[in-house]
Amino acid sequence: MFESDKTDHIKLLYWMMLTRAVDDRSVSLAKLGKIPGTIFSQKGHEAISVGAACALSEIDVIAPMHRDLGAYLVRGMTPGRIFSQAMARVTSPSQGRDVNTHGMGDIELGIIGYVSHLPQLMTVALGAAFSFQYRNEPRVALTFTGDGASSEGAFSESLNLAAVLKLPIVFILEDNQYAYSTPSKYQYAITDLVARATAFGLPGVTVAGNNVLDVQTASTEAIDRARRGDGPTLIKANTMRMEGHALHDSAKYVPTDLLNKWREKDPIVNYKSLLYEKELLDEQTEKSLIKQIDKEISAGVLWAEKSPFPDPATLTEGVYA
Amino acid sequence: MPEITFLQAINQALHQEMKADDTVFILGQDIGVLGGAFQATAGLFDEFGRKRVIDTPMCEYAFSGLASGAALMGLRPIVEFQFADFISTGFDPIVQFAATHHYRQKNPLPIVFRAPWGGGSYAGPFHSQCPEAWFAHTAGLKVVIPSNPHDAKGLLISAIRDPNPVIFFEPKFLYRSQRGDVPSDSYTVDLGLADVALAGTDISIITYGAMVPEAIAAAKTLTKSSISCEVIDLRTISPLDRESILATAKKTGKVLILHEARKTAGIGAEIAAIISENAFEYLDAPIKRVTAPDTPVPYSPPLENAYRPNSDNVVHAAKELYYF
Repeated sequence: MFESDKTDHIKLLYWMMLTRAVDDRSVSLAKLGKIPGTIFSQKGHEAISVGAACALSEIDVIAPMHRDLGAYLVRGMTPGRIFSQAMARVTSPSQGRDVNTHGMGDIELGIIGYVSHLPQLMTVALGAAFSFQYRNEPRVALTFTGDGASSEGAFSESLNLAAVLKLPIVFILEDNQYAYSTPSKYQYAITDLVARATAFGLPGVTVAGNNVLDVQTASTEAIDRARRGDGPTLIKANTMRMEGHALHDSAKYVPTDLLNKWREKDPIVNYKSLLYEKELLDEQTEKSLIKQIDKEISAGVLWAEKSPFPDPATLTEGVYA
Repeated sequence: MPEITFLQAINQALHQEMKADDTVFILGQDIGVLGGAFQATAGLFDEFGRKRVIDTPMCEYAFSGLASGAALMGLRPIVEFQFADFISTGFDPIVQFAATHHYRQKNPLPIVFRAPWGGGSYAGPFHSQCPEAWFAHTAGLKVVIPSNPHDAKGLLISAIRDPNPVIFFEPKFLYRSQRGDVPSDSYTVDLGLADVALAGTDISIITYGAMVPEAIAAAKTLTKSSISCEVIDLRTISPLDRESILATAKKTGKVLILHEARKTAGIGAEIAAIISENAFEYLDAPIKRVTAPDTPVPYSPPLENAYRPNSDNVVHAAKELYYF
C-alpha cells in the first residue's frame, strides 16, 4: 500500500483537506448570508470522492453527485468557481442558474453536472461511456450515487444496461447510512447493497469508504477493467454522513453514539495519523499544506465575492442552443 | 418525384442521415433485427450494424439518459420509443436533464426522441396517446409532429441536425395511409415554421399531425356550402410559430383549433391564448376548439370513433363558427 512515492500520499491528503476546507468555508459563507441556496455537507465522503477521482486519467469523465466535492476539485474545478456557484454568481459553471454542486459541470474538465433526481446521472454517465466505446477510445466514465438512490428504478436499469452493453463505466455507491432522515434499514432489506451488482451480472466490490487508499485501489482496478474493455464494476463504499442532509437539517434523528463511533473513523484525521506513523508526513509539510489551502480558499472567496450576479435581462437567454 | 408512404419517408431520413454523419446512431427496443414495431428502422441494422443500431433492453429511463451523455460527448443519438405512450417511463431524463442542460450548462444536446404517436387504430388506452402537451410545457425541448411524407422526411432531418433535444412524434395512423411525393435526395424542412396546407378566407383551422388530413377533408366538404377554410399545419408544436397563427387569425377572424389530444391544458388552449392576447380585435367569433374529450383513449371502435375528432366534427363546428 505504501509502495508508491511520497508525493501521491501527500496529494491525496491535500485534496481531502482542500475538500473539507471548501466545505467549512461554504458553511461560514452561508451563515454570513452570502449563499442564497444551501450547502450539502461533505463530511464523511472526502475519501470516496478524492480516492476515486485520483484513480482516473485526464481523458476520463465523472458524473458526480452532491457529496463528491473532492472529485470536482481533483478534476480541476477551482475553489473560486465552487464558491461563485454557491453564491449564485454569473462567473460560476452554471452562470448562476443552478444551486451549489448541482449543475456544476464543465465538459472541458470531464465533469458532467448533475440534476437533483438521483441516480439520473448514472444513466447520463452510461452515455459518456457509450460514446467512448462507440469511438474505440480508451476512456472511462465514473459516476457516484448513494444508498437512497439505489432504491430508484434507474439504478437497476443502469446496472443492467451497462452490463448488457459491456460499457467502460465504474459506479460508486456511497452508502452513508441515511437518505435524508431514512436509515438504511428502511431503505433496503438485503445485507449488503453490493449484492445488486451480482444480480445484474457485473462485479461488485465493497470498500471502507473512509479509507482513501482502499477507495483508490478498488477504483483503479475497476477503471483498468473498464479501460481494457471488460465492462462495468460497482464499488460500494461504506461511510457515515456526519452532518444533516443540508444546512437546514440538524439530523437529530441520527443516534449520537452512531456518530461518535464514526467520528473515530474520520477519513482525514486517520489518514494523517497513518502518514505520520509511516514517516511520510512531517509537521513542516502539514503546515505548508494548511498554508497553501488557506491561500487558495481566501483567493477563491475573494474572486467569487467580486464576481457579479447575473443580469435579470438575461433570464430567458439560452433555453435553446 | 417518387411517391412513398409516411413510414418510408421516416426510414429514408434515418438512412440518409446515418450515412451522412457517423456520429448519428439509433437505439431503442426491437429496432435492430426486427426493424422496429412499425418497420420505421427497417434495413438500418443490415447497413450500419449493431454498433450504430442498438437493440436495448426494456429500460426507457436508462436509454433516454444515455442519449444525453452520448450527446454531451459529441454524438447525435436518435432514441426510438416503441409507442409515444411509453415515453412516460423515460420522462425523467428528458425533462430534467436534457431539457434544462443548455440553460444551465451551455452545452448543446442534439438528441431526437422519436415515437409513433396518436390513435385511430383501436389500440386502446396505452398504445394511442398524444402526450405532446407534457413536453410543450417543458422549457428547452422542441416538439415536432409532421402530417405528411414530405414534411416527415424534411423535419426529421432538421431534427437530427438541430443542436437541441427534439421530441419527434409520428402519427402512426398516417404511416401507411399517407402517400406523397418525396424527393429521393436529402433535404430539410425548418423547425418552428407552420405551413399553410390550404389557403382560404372565411375560417382558419389550426391543427397538426393526423388531424391535418381531417381538416383538409372538412374544408373540401365546406366548399360545397361556399365556406372557404384556411388550414394551418403547425408542424412544430414547440416553439409555436406565433406569426403564422396570428396571421391566419387576423386574415379570417374566425378560428377553429383542432387536435387529437385531450382538450384541457392542451396545445389548443395555448394557441387560443396567443390569439386572444395579440389579435382579439380581429376576431368575429369566439375561438372554437375541436379536440378529444378529457378521458383516457378507449379501445372499442364505437368508443374510439366518438373520442377521436374527425372531418364530420370539423364540418359541424366550422358551420357553427361561420354562422355565428
